[in-house]
This record gives sequence, C-alpha cells and structure tokens, in this order.
Amino acid sequence: MPDFPTPDLSHLTRADFRNVYEPAEDTFLLLDAIEEHPRIALDDDRQRDRDWPSVCLEIGSGSGCVSTFVAKVVGRSNALFLTTDVNPHAARATRRTGEKNEVTLDPVVMDLASALLPRLRRSVDLLIFNPPYVPTESAEVASPSNLPAPLFSISASWAGGVDGREVLDRFLPYADELLAPGGVFLMVLLEDNAPEEIITEVRDRWGWTGRRVKERRAGRERLVIVQFVRGADVHVG
Amino acid sequence: MRLITHNMLQCPVKGCSKDNFPLRIEDAEIENADADFNPQFLKRMLDRIAWGALVQTSFSLGVAKLPESPGDPNDDEFLQTLHHVLLETRVKEGRMVCNGCGHVYPIREGIPNMLLQENEV
Ligand SMILES: C[S@@+](CC[C@H](N)C(=O)[O-])C[C@H]1O[C@@H](n2cnc3c(N)ncnc32)[C@H](O)[C@@H]1O
Ligand SMILES: [Zn+2]
Repeated sequence: MPDFPTPDLSHLTRADFRNVYEPAEDTFLLLDAIEEHPRIALDDDRQRDRDWPSVCLEIGSGSGCVSTFVAKVVGRSNALFLTTDVNPHAARATRRTGEKNEVTLDPVVMDLASALLPRLRRSVDLLIFNPPYVPTESAEVASPSNLPAPLFSISASWAGGVDGREVLDRFLPYADELLAPGGVFLMVLLEDNAPEEIITEVRDRWGWTGRRVKERRAGRERLVIVQFVRGADVHVG
Repeated sequence: MRLITHNMLQCPVKGCSKDNFPLRIEDAEIENADADFNPQFLKRMLDRIAWGALVQTSFSLGVAKLPESPGDPNDDEFLQTLHHVLLETRVKEGRMVCNGCGHVYPIREGIPNMLLQENEV
C-alpha cells in the first residue's frame, strides 16, 4: 500500500485559521481511517482497475485537508470530490488547499447538503463528515433557524449544541438520502456523543451496518471514527 | 464552479418545487482549466448526469453543443467534448437564478453560495 503524505497546508496562515477550523487530532484520525480503509486505499494493481468511488462528498470541509487527502488516495481523476461548508472562508480555503496539492475539489457554500438533493439522491459513494461535536448552547450552533449570525464565525466549526449532537442529528436524514447502495459514510464522533447509541439508531432506522473503525485519546476527549455502510448486493468491506 | 458541480445543484428554497433545476447562470465569467482525461470516470458518471440540464447550460454559455441525448460512451470524440464541458469549464464569477422562485445565488471566486436568508429556509 503506498504511503500518502499529509496534505500541504503551508499556503494557509494564522489569519486564515482565525476563520477556518485548523486541522487537529480529529482531522488526522480521519486521515488515518481513510488511509487504512480497504476499499478506499488500494494497492497498485487494484488501483489500476478502480471503479469506486465515483462521487465523494465531504460535509463541513473546513481547510479542505480531508478531501484533498481523499483525492490523493482515490486518484484525482477517478472521482468527483464535492465539498460543502456553511462558512465561505472555509470553502475558499478548501479550494486553495486542493490547488496547492494539485487536485481539484468542488466546494460549495451551503447548509449541510441542502442544495444537492434530490439531485444526488442515492448517488454518493463516499460520504465524510467531521461535524461540530462539542456540547454547547443551541444558540451557538450554525443552523437554518440560526443563520446568518454564527455562521462566519469559527465557533460554527465546533459548536454541536445539546450533547454535541444537534448538527449530526440534523444531518443523518440527509445521509440516508445521499448514500448510494454500497456507499460508505465516515464520521467523527466523541465518546461523549454516545457512538453506540447512534450506531443502533441508524441500524434500526435504515438497516445500515455501523462500527467503530478507529479511536484515539486526545487530551480529555476520546475521538471515535464511525463507519456506516449502506447494504448492497456488491461486496462491502 | 465547474459545470459538473452546477449539474448537481438545485434551489433549496422550501416549497420551491417547480422549475428549480437547472439554475440559470447569468453574467458568467468563464474560464478553462485543464483536467486529466479519464474516459472510465466519464462513463461511470454518465448515468448520474442530468443530461438535458447539461445540454441546455452548455449551450446557453456558448461552451459546446452537446447531442440531445448522451452519445456513444465508446466514441472518443464525444467523451473529449463531455470532458471539456463537465470538468474543464468553470464559472469564475456570476450568479445562478432559480427559474421557479427567482432566488439568486452568487458565484464568487469560483464558489457558489447556496445559503438562504433566514426567513426562506
Ligand atoms: C470540526 S470542523 C471540520 C473541518 C475539516 N473537515 C477537518 O476535519 O479539519 C467542522 C466544519 O463543519 C462546518 N459546518 C458547521 N455547521 C455546518 C452546516 N450546518 N453545514 C455545513 N457545514 C457546517 C464548519 O464550518 C467547519 O468547517
Ligand atoms: Zn427556487
């Protein structure tokens, strides 16, 4: 398996990171999960005949670090790498990070995936979200009923509302709409967000298989990467 | 914004359910950027492209004339044209307007902004 370097972010300055989430432990844990994923990172032989994924979508792309990495691992011409973020600074940073690393990302400013449906219904092969997951007051969360006030601010990148689950809970129905048969959804959670509860809930609602694929302690928090796979006839890893 | 992205975007205004796709592009500043030609990827994408919308948009921008229905996926010339339209043609500045409700979505520095005013969500 080839080794993939962490994307070059040297074009982003302190000033950029006043407005855009700076890659941190959660970001890097997600990169590790991607690099070790048996269907995303392929050895050279299988990479040559790759026919999956065709459409990748990252919600809340921030600096663009994760989608840039995905494009490197999947191969820049093998798929479409769409990204969304409510924060226009983040969308610009995402575009620039792609350019700096010689991949093309397609960032759009929007709430979650609101302007991609129903067009992308059951069409996203690889869905990724590192959501704002820190428990906060609801008023700090970026949401349609709360726009535009907090949305340009950096607090939208971490403020997750009650139990840190407000953004996530609002997104899950979108995930159901978006994910293609056999599609993979990778998501970052805190142990405090009760990953097992979410895995059970999603299994009961849509029959998806969910499991922890990676976890790591970061300071006082424990970060967990959860993967969901939508069932399909094809083999899924 | 590449035209492949435009092909995926639809008006998110609540209750706007007629003529909300494709969004009409206005005052577009177009630029071209080379992309690697990958026929396998294009073939895989064919059934995820809203073809009529692409034909209409590409014609209205004067980019290329695409056939009324998708051409032969093994025809190299067709794939080259499709590649250029979908992946190499970008709207750098301009706006998109919903033909259904009239909402305007700006495109700045190549990035479309689909956010709505609070009272419309
Ligand atoms: C924890 S940061 C992750 C950034 C980047 N993906 C990473 O892993 O480093 C969460 C991102 O989600 C964005 N975000 C928050 N609420 C959102 C919403 N409702 N729709 C889209 N993006 C949102 C924030 O602006 C921020 O960029
Ligand atoms: Zn509309």
